Amino acid sequence: MSKQESYYNNTQQNNTQKDQVDLTKRRFMIGTVGTSMLMAFGGLGGIVADASAANLLANKSFNPNIWIELNAEGEVLINIAKAEMGQHIGTALARIVSDELGADWSFVRIHHVDSDPKWGFMVTGGSWSVFQSFKPMSQAGAAGRISLIHAGAKLLGVSSSSCHTENSFVMSGNKKISFADIIKKGSFDKILTPEEMEKLPLKPREKLKLVGKKSQALDIPAKTNGSAKYGLDVELPGMVYARPIVPPTRYGSKVKSVNDDAAKGITGYLGYEMITDPSDTLQGWVVALAKSYPAAMKAVQAISVSYQKGPTANVSESDIQKEGQRLVDDKNQGFLFVDDGNVKAANAKAKSTLSSTYRTASAIHFPLEPLNATAEFVDGVCHVHTGNQWQSLTLPVVAKALGLPAENVVMHQYFLGGGFGRRLFGDYAIPAALVAKKIGKPVKLIFTREDDSLFSQPRSPSVQRFDAAFDGDKLLSVEHALTAGWPTLAMAPGFMPESVDKKGRVDPFSSSGADHWYSIENQQVRLINNDLAQRTFLPGWLRSVGPGWIGWGVESFIDELAIESKQDPLEFRLNLLDGKGKNASGAKRLANTLALAKKSANWNEKLGKDEGIGVAVCGGQERTMPTWVACVAKVHVNRSSGQVSLKKLTLVVDCGLVVHPDGALAQLEGSALWGASLALHEGNRFKDGKISSVNLNTYTPLRMADLPELDIHFVESEEHPVGLGEPGVIAVAPAIGNAIYNAVGVRVKDLPIRADDVKQLLNS
Amino acid sequence: MIEFMLNGKKMSTSVAGDTPLLWVIRDEFKLTGTKFGCGIAMCGACTVHLNDQAVRSCVLPVSAIAGSEIRTIEGLENKHPLQKAWIDEQVPQCGYCQSGQIMQAATLLATNPNPSEEEIVNHMNANLCRCMAYKRIKSAIKTAASSSAGVVEIYDPQAEAAKEIS
Repeated sequence: MSKQESYYNNTQQNNTQKDQVDLTKRRFMIGTVGTSMLMAFGGLGGIVADASAANLLANKSFNPNIWIELNAEGEVLINIAKAEMGQHIGTALARIVSDELGADWSFVRIHHVDSDPKWGFMVTGGSWSVFQSFKPMSQAGAAGRISLIHAGAKLLGVSSSSCHTENSFVMSGNKKISFADIIKKGSFDKILTPEEMEKLPLKPREKLKLVGKKSQALDIPAKTNGSAKYGLDVELPGMVYARPIVPPTRYGSKVKSVNDDAAKGITGYLGYEMITDPSDTLQGWVVALAKSYPAAMKAVQAISVSYQKGPTANVSESDIQKEGQRLVDDKNQGFLFVDDGNVKAANAKAKSTLSSTYRTASAIHFPLEPLNATAEFVDGVCHVHTGNQWQSLTLPVVAKALGLPAENVVMHQYFLGGGFGRRLFGDYAIPAALVAKKIGKPVKLIFTREDDSLFSQPRSPSVQRFDAAFDGDKLLSVEHALTAGWPTLAMAPGFMPESVDKKGRVDPFSSSGADHWYSIENQQVRLINNDLAQRTFLPGWLRSVGPGWIGWGVESFIDELAIESKQDPLEFRLNLLDGKGKNASGAKRLANTLALAKKSANWNEKLGKDEGIGVAVCGGQERTMPTWVACVAKVHVNRSSGQVSLKKLTLVVDCGLVVHPDGALAQLEGSALWGASLALHEGNRFKDGKISSVNLNTYTPLRMADLPELDIHFVESEEHPVGLGEPGVIAVAPAIGNAIYNAVGVRVKDLPIRADDVKQLLNS
Repeated sequence: MIEFMLNGKKMSTSVAGDTPLLWVIRDEFKLTGTKFGCGIAMCGACTVHLNDQAVRSCVLPVSAIAGSEIRTIEGLENKHPLQKAWIDEQVPQCGYCQSGQIMQAATLLATNPNPSEEEIVNHMNANLCRCMAYKRIKSAIKTAASSSAGVVEIYDPQAEAAKEIS
């Protein structure tokens, strides 16, 4: 079975559970369990109408995505099935539910739950968390409030209609009773249908006291004193330390022989294990074991492994890019993703054309906590302790590797020392689990930084070609062809929809962003998988994913079109964001952010010598969940060195209702700087089949000294909240590229923007 | 046997002398607030104080610290003004680098109670924050500096205890 087929089979099981994300179709249960009141959405098995909520809850027959406990001390414990990796997601979700409940925020606690197969779908990615959870969380809080009011009114001897909740009390006139007392004295056993949930009265926005208000994140104090527990901090009695020896290629390497003579003298060295992985995720792996991690680190340096290298052992970055160029140039390649108007007819009228090709180099997530996992078998069940974003994708593959049914694997969650998409598919858990099984002891396996980078899931190198046709200054058509390695094909092919021309399946996470919000009458987008990239490495979902590299091309080329049409780039965009046809649902909101950015950034200000200003916009991660962002960048270009200094970024963001304003701002600050870092500081390169910059001596993310002035604005809105973790990344790189053009008149087409390239353009 | 002071307590270890201090602190003495990031002293996640100087424990052999005083994030006991400023300014995102950031910043304020913007950047630039919370790290250092009336010292619980006793 090929690598891709094996992933495909693994994810089939997963995709049958896809509907579980949609909590709106589930019944909601409120019941007394022990001395607490528990509330949760129904689990996998469905709920028969006459079942007891209290019994179902006591047996944990519920979905973990929302699971709330109010105890007899008045504490509200909100269980969160989302990974905490810096976005303070628990705080945002807890405030939504607590607001509807009328709970005293100081009594609210959050807890990140472990995986359990019967709970089904767990994923934190796509910037989906608040977007998907806002409504069910609000409804859950409202259902709890109504139950508490009902029970409280009885105890107070008043009518329910005279009551409201406030600060964890049910109040009626001058009478009141605390949630704690209601829970002590009352008994709850109620199941609500989805229709009943839908009808629950939610508080009007002006009555909300927590949502949209300033607050501190619940996870932050532990992150200032060393007590926050990450995967790296897990310790199990009797555990052995391990470090992997990452093979020369991601796929197809075979171990010919291992010589550990030189390691035998290392104090604490316990030997090595060769890995056989039935899931085919790990190919050609050896793991060194020791009584301490420093000994395991040393052992790996001392052990020599002879490999039969995989078929991509000689592939370089330029090989992948050359293949990409070939694919976008060949009009017979790929499948259509957008097909608007009639490009062929439009092109027949063309008096002039403009073609341009944009490229991005490999980039890696580089989460500061190196990949790690600790695995232990207890009574035939493999317990995996690790920070992970997508348990429902990872767990079945770990089970397959171990030859166990999925219910015999449990994943325990910790804080993530950075996710950024690298901890979605938890391939790093597999070597720990396999070695723990083999040696019959708990194993803590830690990748060094270099190991982590060599085993990365890079954002694929990409190539995009644009061909526009003009009649004088009038734009007639745009053809856009784009190619890269596709993460979803490798890791979750069941998520790939059919192309517009029904010729094949396409990766939505390698195409989104090409379906932008500009009204261009005649337009075609052609998607092509870069098979050489696909065979050389496991393409990753890196923060901002497809739009992160696609936006580089789209927003740079739009700038070229503006200049070709002799229009101001910002006004040109405003004109194209007319909200006509398929863009009716949102282009005007995007135009609004752009108009506000024009003002905030003082677009027409007089600039200094070799300074430039550039603009770009984005519609977030997907058209079905658009986050509207306009970004203006101000740069200075050193003409002799080609060095670009980023002076200022202005971002205007419309993400609907802002649930946790300070957390939202933090996400924007971080993602804007991620955009700047990917634009100016972070390119990597494949060399000999591997990522070549594996540590900070050669991979150089943005540092404090590179920090530009940040000016970030949120549009006040009562629209449904959408994602924020990633969209801030997208528009930054093209805004910088466009600013460079504005400053010195050269068009950079390669990301990252390297000083040498700019210098060469200036001299050509 | 190598003896040293760890957060004011006398400790000894019998690990190999070339073992990086980081792993002794974390795995032998169970103080896991100090993190492993790059292993080559370029990210700062492993920063601790060696006789009041910020050092990278991932490359510091334990043999080099015999007789010295080591302080880790746990040794600040939640009482350092920077820790309060970190919460007030809501600095951490994933939080993984923050022990190192705070330990690094503490040595700046210990010698320079009112650092300029440039002095902050120069002192902090070698500490990587992958979430890129740099803007808040900078402003929290300023907040801690201005809240301390020009006499910031590294909080030393032992010295405080001694004062209380005397």
